[in-house]
Amino acid sequence: MKKLQKVSRKWISLSALAILFLLSGCDLKMGVLNPQGPVAQTQYDLIMWSIGFMLIIIVVVFVLFAVVLIKYRERPDNMNYEPPEVHGNTFLEIVWTGIPIIIVIALSIPTVKAIFDLEKPPQAANAEEQQEPLVIYATSADWKWIFSYPEQGIETVNYVNIPEDRPVEFKLTSADSMTALWIPELGGQKYAMAGMETTLYLQADHEGTYMGRNANFNGEGFAQMEFEVESQKPEEFQEWADEVKDTAPKLTEKEYNKEILKQSVIGRKSFSNTHLDFVDHAKQDTYNKSEEDHEGHEEGMDMEGMDHSSH
Amino acid sequence: MKLDEFFVTGDPLIYGADVSIVLATLGIIFVLTYFKKWKWLWTEWLTSVDHKKIGIMYIIAAVLMLFRGGVDALLMRAQLTLPETEFLSSSHYNEIFTTHGTIMILFMAMPFLIGLINVAVPLQIGARDVAFPFLNSLSFWSFFMGAMLFNISFVIGGSPDAGWTAYMPLAGNELSPGPGQNFYLLGLQIAGIGTLATGINFLVTILKMRAPGMTLMKMPMFTWSTLITAIIIIFAFPVLTVALALMTFDRLFDANFFNLGDGGMPMLWANLFWVWGHPEVYIVILPAFGIFSEIVCTFARKTLFGYKAMVFSMIAIAGLSFLVWVHHFFTMGAGGAVNSFFSVSTMAIAIPTGVKIFNWLFTLYKGRIKMTVAMMWSLAFIPNFVIGGVTGVMLAMAAADYQYHNTYFLIAHFHYVLIAGTVFACFAGLYYWYPKMFGHMLNERLGKISFWLFMIGFNVCFFPMYFLGLMGMARRMYTYSAGLGWTPLNVIASIGAVGMGLGFIVLVYSIYYSARHGERDLTGDPWDGRTLEWMVSSPPPFYNFATTPKMTRLDEYWYQKKEKGFEAAREVKEEDLKPIHMPSNSGLGVIMSVLLFIAGFGLVFEWYWMAIPGLAGMLICMVIRSFDYDDGYYVSVEEIKRTQRIGKGA
Repeated sequence: MKKLQKVSRKWISLSALAILFLLSGCDLKMGVLNPQGPVAQTQYDLIMWSIGFMLIIIVVVFVLFAVVLIKYRERPDNMNYEPPEVHGNTFLEIVWTGIPIIIVIALSIPTVKAIFDLEKPPQAANAEEQQEPLVIYATSADWKWIFSYPEQGIETVNYVNIPEDRPVEFKLTSADSMTALWIPELGGQKYAMAGMETTLYLQADHEGTYMGRNANFNGEGFAQMEFEVESQKPEEFQEWADEVKDTAPKLTEKEYNKEILKQSVIGRKSFSNTHLDFVDHAKQDTYNKSEEDHEGHEEGMDMEGMDHSSH
Repeated sequence: MKLDEFFVTGDPLIYGADVSIVLATLGIIFVLTYFKKWKWLWTEWLTSVDHKKIGIMYIIAAVLMLFRGGVDALLMRAQLTLPETEFLSSSHYNEIFTTHGTIMILFMAMPFLIGLINVAVPLQIGARDVAFPFLNSLSFWSFFMGAMLFNISFVIGGSPDAGWTAYMPLAGNELSPGPGQNFYLLGLQIAGIGTLATGINFLVTILKMRAPGMTLMKMPMFTWSTLITAIIIIFAFPVLTVALALMTFDRLFDANFFNLGDGGMPMLWANLFWVWGHPEVYIVILPAFGIFSEIVCTFARKTLFGYKAMVFSMIAIAGLSFLVWVHHFFTMGAGGAVNSFFSVSTMAIAIPTGVKIFNWLFTLYKGRIKMTVAMMWSLAFIPNFVIGGVTGVMLAMAAADYQYHNTYFLIAHFHYVLIAGTVFACFAGLYYWYPKMFGHMLNERLGKISFWLFMIGFNVCFFPMYFLGLMGMARRMYTYSAGLGWTPLNVIASIGAVGMGLGFIVLVYSIYYSARHGERDLTGDPWDGRTLEWMVSSPPPFYNFATTPKMTRLDEYWYQKKEKGFEAAREVKEEDLKPIHMPSNSGLGVIMSVLLFIAGFGLVFEWYWMAIPGLAGMLICMVIRSFDYDDGYYVSVEEIKRTQRIGKGA
């Protein structure tokens, strides 16, 4: 009886947890489990495929475990039972080596396929509808995200608008610390590193706003390094881009160095040109962090001066 | 440097710590002086080369570090329970998760296991000590001094705050100025010397000092796991040593190994770190597997099912552990082929691990399972570790990992494997070998209370984190907004963390309670054990075995007991007694480590007037040791006879 109590206590606590999750079930339909584009959908399908196998493994092990514990527990009535010495069983051992190998193969094939698929822009179901990806340079600078649209000639800080149903090619780099651009509803993350450029393809199926953030710790302002993604109808997106181009102020090199590159948490900004006009951090061989950040002398240092000041 | 830069100021928590550190130090000095225990401390412990005492010191240090790391964890949970809490500032939170991770892996998990290895392995193979007893003492003290150097950063100079992975460029001078990160580099470097030496020591001990007849395939499974762990240490730790040294050059001497300027590569650090870091997680899990194997066999009263498969799967895990490091940064954009290779190699590790799980289950099958506390920890390991393991396979699938990487899903996964694997094993091993170490049992009733508190608390704390990760919560965030819907799960997780804390308190109390009221272990074999450590009295005489045991098969002692009876199996024949050669104590281990500490502290602050004499002193000690011709002493037969009578409790 005592044994049953102990076993059941564990199950009660586990099922209590399960109920809690059910109660908060509506909450779970967000983030990774709420895919809103083909990339996130690929990943979602892969996750669900693997969870299926994992649940089978868990059930098999848990059932075996429970049966063995209940059946072979030491009780007053089996104190004289002396267990047999079993050294092994070749058949069983082949079975539990073979089945995991099969499971790993079953997981590897879709994984490898997905890995290669995600290196390319999402393919439209109908090849004629395939659109050229919209190129957006996403640059991180402690602790903000800068989105540059070279095609549209505009730049935004801490928010990004994209057209729905069109692949977006994010070209990621960083002015200083390593970061990761992550928009869970649209797809997984990729690192943004100084002096390098990585490419992340994402796409939104519908209109909507999604949370995006830096997922790689980079110091004090990390938790605030969030941005909003707004997916719009193509014509609305074009309208928005034109409006920014017409009304937003121009970003000067001085302002960029002083306001944007300085370690800080700031709000949204829009500009009618891009910082790519004067610097591409992916091609730089140093971090932008100059001594002015730490010691505060010589404000408004220009980028040409940076390379020398860090040595 | 001004005094207020030297001491960390401005936070009431830190002042509280300052006061308690000063009071604790004064208290220890007072107690030692009042009871005239200084000499005892020096001769019995600080200079001891006895593997059992060194093991006990490792475990004490590890429990202290578990406390420190656990307090860090509770502070983090306090900060994260509710959204937008202002209990900790961002920079303070960053320091705390950095020290939590570093301490738990390097100064808690590893030393705890190395402590248990020290206590049990020489006894299991019928040896009188390890192969290099002095080196063992040096190992412990350099680990201890490294840990202390890392820990004082809390009140002096400021803690590192770039995460336990210390990725560049964040950990470089430009983004992490000040001494904090230097504490990390030098603390780990000094402790790493000790770990590497331990690896070499146990490799040689196990290969050269086994009892006659104990071939490799007749070794107890814990000894096997230690052997493989020692090999992993020997291959993995030099990588850490080099990586730390390079980053130290970058920070102290403006070198450019990991700095982007002048052609350095920040990502090289991430690669080197994980080339060490992934084998490191197997360094802390394989001995745990060994401990579980011993305990499961003992309390199911059966020999290990599939002994050979267990050994080969451990060897396979050890080999694969060096081929998977890229899975820690699939998101770096290494390309399809690289990510595919490392995805599949990582998933492959699940195969030998799965084999082991089934072997344990079938060891239990048809056994007679006795529910001691040690056994309960070992049993709880199986389901909990499987949850951690299967989510590990999910993380191994690179394309899906882009969604899990650096989120709470990952946090949940590695706590499920490290706590359910390593920490459960430490507790299981502590309960199992405690009578061997101290001659009395740990109270079972208190042990069970602490087990249930900790085990349930652990699940309540970490299971919700899988979902937090899927909901978009990234690790290392010091706070989150209320509108994100993460609050309920965070509250649940914090409740679980409190449960774990209570479980730890009960565990510590049970150590105190058992010291006063615990049942004595008069036989030396309280569990009806199978391996050689149970053949000697508890605690064993300092020379372990009066006569060297002879082995013809696995679990020889168990079969001897069955065939000849308890007394006859353990009998020491007087005519077999010979003088025993034992190593002499040496204070050089502790002195060298203190000098290393001084050198390290000097380097942290770039005070070369302090660092250079420290290193020079260290070199002088090495010269002194090299010309030390004291190669031990003999224990006379008379003394052995006297000790054996006392040792048997007659």
